[in-house]
Amino acid sequence: MKFSLIGSISLSLLMARWKQTLVAAIGVTFSITMFIALLSFMSGLNDLLDGLILNRTAHIRLYNEIQPSAVQPIDRSGRFKEYYNFIRSVKPKNERVQIYNSGAILKSLKNDPRVLGIAPKITAQVFYTVGSIEMTGIINGIEVEEEDRLFLFKDYVTEGNYINLKNIPNSIILGKGAAEKMLTTLGDLIQVTTSKGERIQLKVVGYFQSGIQEIDNVQSYASITTTQKLLGESNNYITDIQVKLKDLNIAPVVAKEYGQLFDVEAVDIQTANAQFETGSSVRNIISYAVGITLLIVAGFGIYNILNMMIYEKMDSIAILKATGFSGKDVNHIFISIALSIGIFGGLLGLLFGYGLAYLIDQVPFDTAALPTIKTYPVNYNPRIYLIGGAFSLVTTYLAGFLPSRKASKIDPVIIIRGK
Amino acid sequence: MSKKILEAINISKYFLDPVHIQVLKKINFSIGEGEFVSIMGKSGCGKSTLLYILSTMDTDYEGDLFIDGTSMKNKKEAELAKVRNEKIGFVFQFHYLLNEFSVLRNVMLPGLKLGRYSEKELESRAYDKLRILGIENEAVKKPNQLSGGEKQRVAIARAMINNPIIIMGDEPTGNLDKKNSEIVYSIFKELAEVYHQSLLIVTHDNEFASKTNRIIEMEDGQIIKS
Repeated sequence: MKFSLIGSISLSLLMARWKQTLVAAIGVTFSITMFIALLSFMSGLNDLLDGLILNRTAHIRLYNEIQPSAVQPIDRSGRFKEYYNFIRSVKPKNERVQIYNSGAILKSLKNDPRVLGIAPKITAQVFYTVGSIEMTGIINGIEVEEEDRLFLFKDYVTEGNYINLKNIPNSIILGKGAAEKMLTTLGDLIQVTTSKGERIQLKVVGYFQSGIQEIDNVQSYASITTTQKLLGESNNYITDIQVKLKDLNIAPVVAKEYGQLFDVEAVDIQTANAQFETGSSVRNIISYAVGITLLIVAGFGIYNILNMMIYEKMDSIAILKATGFSGKDVNHIFISIALSIGIFGGLLGLLFGYGLAYLIDQVPFDTAALPTIKTYPVNYNPRIYLIGGAFSLVTTYLAGFLPSRKASKIDPVIIIRGK
Repeated sequence: MSKKILEAINISKYFLDPVHIQVLKKINFSIGEGEFVSIMGKSGCGKSTLLYILSTMDTDYEGDLFIDGTSMKNKKEAELAKVRNEKIGFVFQFHYLLNEFSVLRNVMLPGLKLGRYSEKELESRAYDKLRILGIENEAVKKPNQLSGGEKQRVAIARAMINNPIIIMGDEPTGNLDKKNSEIVYSIFKELAEVYHQSLLIVTHDNEFASKTNRIIEMEDGQIIKS
């Protein structure tokens, strides 16, 4: 009962000054619209840029690094235990880049509940032979289907069918840049020389384009068996294991654990790509700052209008108090005026914000570097809408707080006697 | 004398600004049920100040005030608001109607706040009050469509809506012409005689005061005759 009474009083006060109220609500609508559009666009862009790297990067990469042994023979000798030993010109011993016992590692990774999927990989240094010229390149031997499932391989294959890599023996998908230099077309045979001097002919079944030129100029993909054959290695030869986790954030912890458990190098994505996280968080901070500034400005508009309304409605407030409305009731009346401006303006703002984001989403955005993107990227994450809605309520409440308190403190005697 | 519904005990009040001055000096009096009392006095004798203290709106005073047998001293603001809502009706010199609401709604507002009756029932009660005052045909109009006398009658209806134990008036006829003053007076008279409503009216209109049951005369912050 009481709530509806206060509601109806606030509503009639609102309607009495509906033009000003509308202006205030439009202020909120505008700022929420911009907030939503800005953040949707910004985080869409962030996701795109992060995705460029993060989609293609394993959460944890296990590999063997060629490095000198940390424990040298002299350290093992009891005689020199108390000494600090300087050894110059230490060289790594003849170690293979292969991951030892890869079969067992793969098996235990597959059984780990934190793991979303694993994709073994072989990295092979090669030369592409074009006429008399040899170009350096890297062939990534991959398990085609897993690579596509975990790292969206298909999206980056711009020509040809990616699955042919698995179905056609001795096939290769060339980087776009490399393919252009070699002037190849689909179905051509190219000659590849390994670092050990072996020569092999591979059939081009597609091109891939990652959007990062350095990669496209050098890297190519072949199936894991083709690469093993190319290197003359057995079928358990693997140089990398790429692990994708269910939760990206636990990567550093899990990487450490795997490093110790399997006695390999394990690098997590956060360490390998720290700069991307920094970039996105800075961009996020900027867009939130702009959005919140807009809302605060709208808040001042509401504050002004409520203040004016209170001066105009002094008499009404006085008589309400004289006839038994407490200061708290008067406070509630003005707070609900502020909040209804916030709710009304905010809801419209969310709607318009969605519309504007949708419009941005339709604007064509064609760039050679990003084969999968056709329009401007927009993120429709409901979290943005939630934050926008919450902020509109919070700012309007704060804007209404002081005027409402002032209204509740009005002394009816002063008003009534002043007449 | 019948039951005391309002009793002032040693009420004193000081104004500090601009100079320290005692406006009320140990006021003692009481009003019984059904009495029609007027407070008379020259401008500045403290009669309005006294009324606002009696109405519980002004809490800055010394002494004690009993309404319906309960002390008003040391009550919180919200509690006093409840007392005003339930037990006191007000009529001011100015009508103080809310232009955003219809006449009927204006009359109902204090009743809605009290919440003793449902909205439906309150509406019919408000109609009853308007009928007593002869303005039931204006119920759906907005206050700014009424004449000054009609507005004041709506204000009286609003004061009556919760069946208060006392209606207080601060120069309720001060803004009205002779004819409308007559009407308002006769309404008060009827309320007192027919409905045994207690009334306490501050006025400086001798003619008005002379027609009430009891006149309290004030001078210089003191009651000189009651």
